[in-house]
Amino acid sequence: MLSRIFLLCLVLTTGFSALAESSELTLWHSYRGAEEEALQKSVDVFNASHGEVDITLLSIPYEVMASKLTTAIPRGHGPDLFIFAHERVGDWTESGLLEPIADRTSDDTFFEATVSSLEYDGSLMGLPLAFKSLALFYNKDVISSAPDTTDGIIRLSQLLPKGVYPLLYQADSFYFHAPWFFGAGARLFDGQPSGGLQSPEAIASYELLYRWRSDGILPSEISASLVTNLFNQNQAALVVNGPWFLGEIAEGVPFGVAPLPIVSATGKRATPFLTAEGIFISAFSKRKNDAMQLATFLAGEESAVIRGEVGRQCVANRKAWEISTTLSEDPILGAFRMQVENTVPMNNSPEMRNIWEPTTVALKKILMGGASSGDAAEAASRRYAAITREPPAQTSPTAYFVIVGVLFTALALIAFRWLRNVTRNGEFGELLTGLRWVGPAVLATGVLVFVPFIAALGLSFFSHSNGDYTFVGLGNFRSIVSAEGFGVFQPLSFYFALAVTVLWTLVNIILHVGIGLGLALILNSKGLRLKAMYRVLLILPWAVPNYITALIWKGLFHRQLGAINGFLELLGMESVSWFSSFWTAFVANVSTNAWLGFPFMMVTCLGALQAIPSDLYDAADLDGANGVQKFAHVTWPLLMPALVPAIMLGIVWTFNQFNIVYLVSGGEPDNATDILISEAYRWAFARREQYGYAAAYSALIFILLLGWSIFSTRFAKRFETR
Amino acid sequence: MNTLWRKFLPHFILMIASTVAIYPVAWVLKIALSPVGGMDSDPNPIPSEVTLSHFLSLTSQGEGASFGIQFMNSILVAGATTAISILVSCSAAYGFSRLRFPGREVGLMGLMLTQIFPGVVMMVPLYIILDNLGLLNSHVGLALVYCTTAIPFCTWTLKGYLDTVPRELEEAAVMDGASRWVIFSQIVLPLAKPAIAVTALFSFMTAWNEFVLAATLLNDERLFTLPVALQRYVGEYQTDWGTFAAGAIVTSLPVMALFYALQKNLVGGLTAGAVKG
Repeated sequence: MLSRIFLLCLVLTTGFSALAESSELTLWHSYRGAEEEALQKSVDVFNASHGEVDITLLSIPYEVMASKLTTAIPRGHGPDLFIFAHERVGDWTESGLLEPIADRTSDDTFFEATVSSLEYDGSLMGLPLAFKSLALFYNKDVISSAPDTTDGIIRLSQLLPKGVYPLLYQADSFYFHAPWFFGAGARLFDGQPSGGLQSPEAIASYELLYRWRSDGILPSEISASLVTNLFNQNQAALVVNGPWFLGEIAEGVPFGVAPLPIVSATGKRATPFLTAEGIFISAFSKRKNDAMQLATFLAGEESAVIRGEVGRQCVANRKAWEISTTLSEDPILGAFRMQVENTVPMNNSPEMRNIWEPTTVALKKILMGGASSGDAAEAASRRYAAITREPPAQTSPTAYFVIVGVLFTALALIAFRWLRNVTRNGEFGELLTGLRWVGPAVLATGVLVFVPFIAALGLSFFSHSNGDYTFVGLGNFRSIVSAEGFGVFQPLSFYFALAVTVLWTLVNIILHVGIGLGLALILNSKGLRLKAMYRVLLILPWAVPNYITALIWKGLFHRQLGAINGFLELLGMESVSWFSSFWTAFVANVSTNAWLGFPFMMVTCLGALQAIPSDLYDAADLDGANGVQKFAHVTWPLLMPALVPAIMLGIVWTFNQFNIVYLVSGGEPDNATDILISEAYRWAFARREQYGYAAAYSALIFILLLGWSIFSTRFAKRFETR
Repeated sequence: MNTLWRKFLPHFILMIASTVAIYPVAWVLKIALSPVGGMDSDPNPIPSEVTLSHFLSLTSQGEGASFGIQFMNSILVAGATTAISILVSCSAAYGFSRLRFPGREVGLMGLMLTQIFPGVVMMVPLYIILDNLGLLNSHVGLALVYCTTAIPFCTWTLKGYLDTVPRELEEAAVMDGASRWVIFSQIVLPLAKPAIAVTALFSFMTAWNEFVLAATLLNDERLFTLPVALQRYVGEYQTDWGTFAAGAIVTSLPVMALFYALQKNLVGGLTAGAVKG
């Protein structure tokens, strides 16, 4: 009966979804606000002259844009065109997602750096729309003009009143460190060992940061919001930031923008990365000619003027800056326009993604741990080696085919014998009745959970790089289990992450159950007033979406801006840099997760407590039992049947609680607080898409939890209700 | 002294716990209401200046799809998820609890196993399957995916509850010649109401707050759900905290309303079944 309804639903939906296919030209972007408005205006102008083309704009959250494009385009569900930063051009070209731009006659229309960013292997893969780079913002209430050398910045520190930072930027990110890195004469890649992260020039750039940090020119923990706050409160003279910072500066704060200063040691101007925003045409588009027309128009001068004037973009089209006086006379956009001559296009090959993590490790070591520049370079190069270690060697799949074949035959044989037994015992009818009731649930989870999981398991036997999969057999597993590329007792090794995960699960469950049970016992006491109010308030952490509360918790633990340090200071204690050492970062993660998780246990316990018949307590009273005895002999035994399944599920959920670790500590310091699932995520998405390695990680997590479930179900049977 | 202590200690503990529970949520509110959306080191979570501009900018966003439409989409998807998973789980829970058939144990274990699959690497295979079923870019496909996350938990909870509901009533109905369907719909379902309330809430929340799957599977602004729309305020370089927080508050209102409406059943339903009997 129910299965028939379910099937009907399935059939109906298949019909509905067919409506989604259409013949219009679609363009995906991540713009919002003024930039989105400018894009819409440009498209309207295009439509006025090319009325026959129907254009749909779709704004996708930035966070999922790249993964959505890589999944959707090869399956034919991607857009005809999309706008994205140039950094993934290499990946996308290698996986064949992009249509090269055939007509290159108009290259000098754009700033050269923006065009070269979009080139890969000699072909132009997209048209540049805008560029972004860092420049120097200065607060005119604090200083009248920006210094032109790094020595000038150091001198500034003696002139400014106490409590005002001379220089402020997110120094723990290589994107922000890059100006000094290139200004010191260092280069990336070029065949250097460790990608150039340990060259003498690179060390000189770390030395500059070390100096700034120890002279108190920079604070040690800097987040984007700290930069904004201090600048707006006149507590920072200079800020290194990009054009997006314009929207953050509070009204009434007088500021100017200047090109970045000269690095005094080399006499070379600080050279930030240039990011080009390009418009790309999908290789799978069915209307490439129309798409090409739209792309050319949007990159052209007419649209560039609109995007510059309305959207305040730093447009890549040279002519637009000549035509529009609004653009050329804008002092702020003008400063970025000047900076563009001194930029390094960010490398668009997949190798670039090997740079971010090692450099972050090095910069954080200096900022938070006060490490020397040499030690920092050493750490960066170690991490670089771990991430770029050789993938496992290709293996012949024949032996594995045989094993899989044998396994399948064995499975089929077992299934067949089982079915024969069922028929022989005359239980076939019962099987059918059972299936009628449980079939839909089994079918739905089977198709949408088991099948993808088995496919993912299959992935763990492959090594992935740039869209190519190589069969490596058990190579990934061998590499994980032998902690290849890093020490067994170091973060990033499977065993270290496993130990952290076990500790994490244990501490969380103890807190969840302890707090939940304690509150439930109090709430359950007789004659308590305001019970309903407390119940609703205490359930609150469960009700608010956890992706926002996790971010709030991260903010509460911030070194300078967090309210928790604010409390500590009120109490006369010293503020703590929460994410700079393992234990404090771990405490931050655990506090967040304990806060999120206790309501579930509280509700569970409350339900169980209310179901305990009160005559049992009366009987205990008659026997003269005291409070502790009553708890031990009445409450606890009757609580267990309800609590044990909840704890079992809770353990599994906590073991895989990705959101909190990822959002709160983000693995800080140095990936030490990462648990297994967040490590798997990093291997899959942050470290050049080592999908096979990540899948092997997931498979190991699965095996661990499977072992645990089998053990714990045995254990739980003891508590099953009679 | 002793009695006074006994009277106030529980309230003291509960008040501290409630404060800790509310505090971060109060910060979300503060960020949503202050003109400068962001954190500061002042531990006081009460905003000094109040503005509704962040809430207003929520509603003024988007050309083709208004906040209202996306709100309705969320209601639709979460509602469908709840309806389908309750329907399917009730039936499965009844089957697992009342019928003895070959393969029952394996089925139960299999459902439990789905809870331990790490989801990180399952996205691409899932996408391909939905594509082949023609369920991409549709609310139904999205709701089905959410259902598969909710069904195992719901089935286990409901089965645990039904296990402890006495069978005498059903046996009496069998004597009267009632069919299984009648027994299920007229006797068992009404008895399981508290447990159904819990599982309904659970499945609703699963669908209501999810964002990565929704953003990946949907290709049309008119189909986007609320979390997808909200996530747009988190940009590559900067986050519009004020609007993001305002959106989070609007998003959590229906959940809170549901919590409030179901809270009596909630407390009884989650586990009472497991202990009764």
